Amino acid sequence: MSGTGAINIAIPVGSPTRRSDKRRLALGRNLAAGGFLAPATILFTVFVVLPVVEAAWYSFYRWNGYGIPTDWVGWRNYLTLFNNSVFASAAWNTALVVAVSLLVQLPLGLALALMVARNSRSSMIFRTIFFLPYVLGEVAAGLIWRFVFDGNVGLMAAAARKIGIEAPFILADPDLAIYAVLTVVVWKYFGFHMMIYIAGLQDIPREMREAAEIDGASRWQSLRYVILPMLWPAIRISIFFSVVGALQLFDVVMPLTGGGPSNATHTFVTFQYTFGITRMNIGFGSAMGVVIFLICVTFTLLYRRFVMRDAG
Amino acid sequence: MRAVFRVGAVLTLLACSTAAAWADTTVRWFISETSPAMTAWQKEVARRYEEGHPGTRIEVLVMSGEPYKAKLTTMLQSNDRPHLIYTWGGGVLFAQARAGLLEDITSRVQGAWANELNPAALEAMSYKGKIYGAPTHLTQVVLWYNRRLLKQAGVEVSELATWDGMLGAVKKLQAANIQPFTAGGSDKWPLNMFWSGLALRVGGKEAFEAAMNRSGPGFDGPVFQRASEMFKQLVDLNPFQRGFLADTAPKAAGQFGDGKAALHLMGNWFYNIQKSQSSNQQGVPDEDLGFVPFPQVSGGKGDPSDVVGGINGFLVTRGSPPEAADFLRFYTGTEVQREAAQRGFTIPAAKGTAEQLQNAFFRQVATNLQQAHYVQNFYDQMLGPSVGRVVNDTSADLATGRTTPKQVGQQIQEAWELEQ
Repeated sequence: MSGTGAINIAIPVGSPTRRSDKRRLALGRNLAAGGFLAPATILFTVFVVLPVVEAAWYSFYRWNGYGIPTDWVGWRNYLTLFNNSVFASAAWNTALVVAVSLLVQLPLGLALALMVARNSRSSMIFRTIFFLPYVLGEVAAGLIWRFVFDGNVGLMAAAARKIGIEAPFILADPDLAIYAVLTVVVWKYFGFHMMIYIAGLQDIPREMREAAEIDGASRWQSLRYVILPMLWPAIRISIFFSVVGALQLFDVVMPLTGGGPSNATHTFVTFQYTFGITRMNIGFGSAMGVVIFLICVTFTLLYRRFVMRDAG
Repeated sequence: MRAVFRVGAVLTLLACSTAAAWADTTVRWFISETSPAMTAWQKEVARRYEEGHPGTRIEVLVMSGEPYKAKLTTMLQSNDRPHLIYTWGGGVLFAQARAGLLEDITSRVQGAWANELNPAALEAMSYKGKIYGAPTHLTQVVLWYNRRLLKQAGVEVSELATWDGMLGAVKKLQAANIQPFTAGGSDKWPLNMFWSGLALRVGGKEAFEAAMNRSGPGFDGPVFQRASEMFKQLVDLNPFQRGFLADTAPKAAGQFGDGKAALHLMGNWFYNIQKSQSSNQQGVPDEDLGFVPFPQVSGGKGDPSDVVGGINGFLVTRGSPPEAADFLRFYTGTEVQREAAQRGFTIPAAKGTAEQLQNAFFRQVATNLQQAHYVQNFYDQMLGPSVGRVVNDTSADLATGRTTPKQVGQQIQEAWELEQ
């Protein structure tokens, strides 16, 4: 930006060679811009745009992933998808993950952030502890929780026996397993959102809070009328990450339940993986990919348009 | 100028010949296997081959069961695809062959190599008259039991010969407070073994072939509904370990190996897995361990000698170096496979190996396989990756009570029709 400004200033107004100079400079500018943009453009095209277009194309074929797709089936993959009962349950589960992320995970992250935002020693320690689950690999977390929920040897089983009840096998129960997944999702990601809020809180000028205090605002009032409004940019970002993350949830679920039992704990992406890739229905899986993509894009555009519009 | 050209040509030739002599060929060998002892031996065989063939390297990659199947689809689409891939034959092999992913090695196999192999097993490695690989071993699904636990509950082994007798045995075991079955429900296919076995006993070879070729009643016909109903009879007794739907096949095998259950339906490879997965690595002692063929069903159309089982082997993928087929020849030949028999890993498909079987269980399975009128390859393999998984899903759904026997047949038939 500053480069173009400098060039504009350098052009002497009314000079006889102005037009050709200008053209040459404009050409150079475009070349330079093109040169700088090329790597990013090529990478973006090859790894993002092409796969998206390819998936859209595959989604109209019955194709097992081998060779070149030839069997055009029109909208059949999409019709099969919307009539699939497991897809319906995957949609419901994904909605549950979104709901729990927004209603449990974010308030929890916010509450903890308010407690540990100060730069004291104990705050730092707790901050680290709360952030640890996020640092842990998804697959490792899934496997660890699989042990925790195990009805024979798990922590849950030991706790249940302590209080004298029979240990539940949560992961083996098609009606309960999804709650196990939700628990792990909240546990895994609340620390991440807490960090966003801490960063947001540290941006709020101390004077503002002091002013509120001097004006006689109670703790609740200063939270409600000063801190939360000033934290809105952070909250907005955190909601966005929550929703998009929930729509893409995969790697915690696979080691934990693999989408089972009886396909009761699939999310959009585990459904796509299980019914598309492992069954070698690449056309069908692509149709699912297109649906996830459209949902994500629609959400992103609407969110930007209506929630983030005044963000810089 | 001409001299320079000549020197250049000589140099180029030299460069080419040395390059050829130095060129290392790597054969990527992708194995599905869960027994550590077996994979250790396979790696040793690969090393032995490398010693006899300087310049060839065998790169061994091992995964097990479901992860293997999932990864293979992706790997086959890449340029770095493995050269030798594990196969269960059937619909997956057909799909791979139709897609042109496999190397036709018919001319290589015919002759001395083929003469060393069980012809039916070799047949299972081919599609439309072309041979794409070589078989390594055969398997049979049997009903394993723990003799000590049966005795405790007052169950005679002969009671397990029929389905109704087995249901009675389950009740007796429960009355004696002994866990009847363990099963790896989260893998689904272990549950499908009950259903497939019942379908084979009820309808025999004809029923499955009619449904598969769509030349008679389909999967929604009476035979498969009867199989579903009979499996439901067992499920209604609650015969599996608590939480079985979250347990994998190896975990369930370990529970049986630890003596926690009296019965387990599984292929003959279970003998090794129940040892390696048990907490002391010993499994159920040989004197307590036994098996019977899949229980007979009264009024069933299948021949009592019919076997649900499988034929396994390795396929050569297209564009593989000739060394891949050469190594496969080495690995599947009688000489190497004799060791597999001796060590009790498998029941090899190579001729002249059965007498090497030291393990009495495997000798029995080898005899069963020889006497069988018909070996039914696993349904989930025969019907291909997509419908095969529907078949497994429905069996798991029957076990959770999420579906009815009538719906099972309908769902499979629907999936099968969609596939045509």
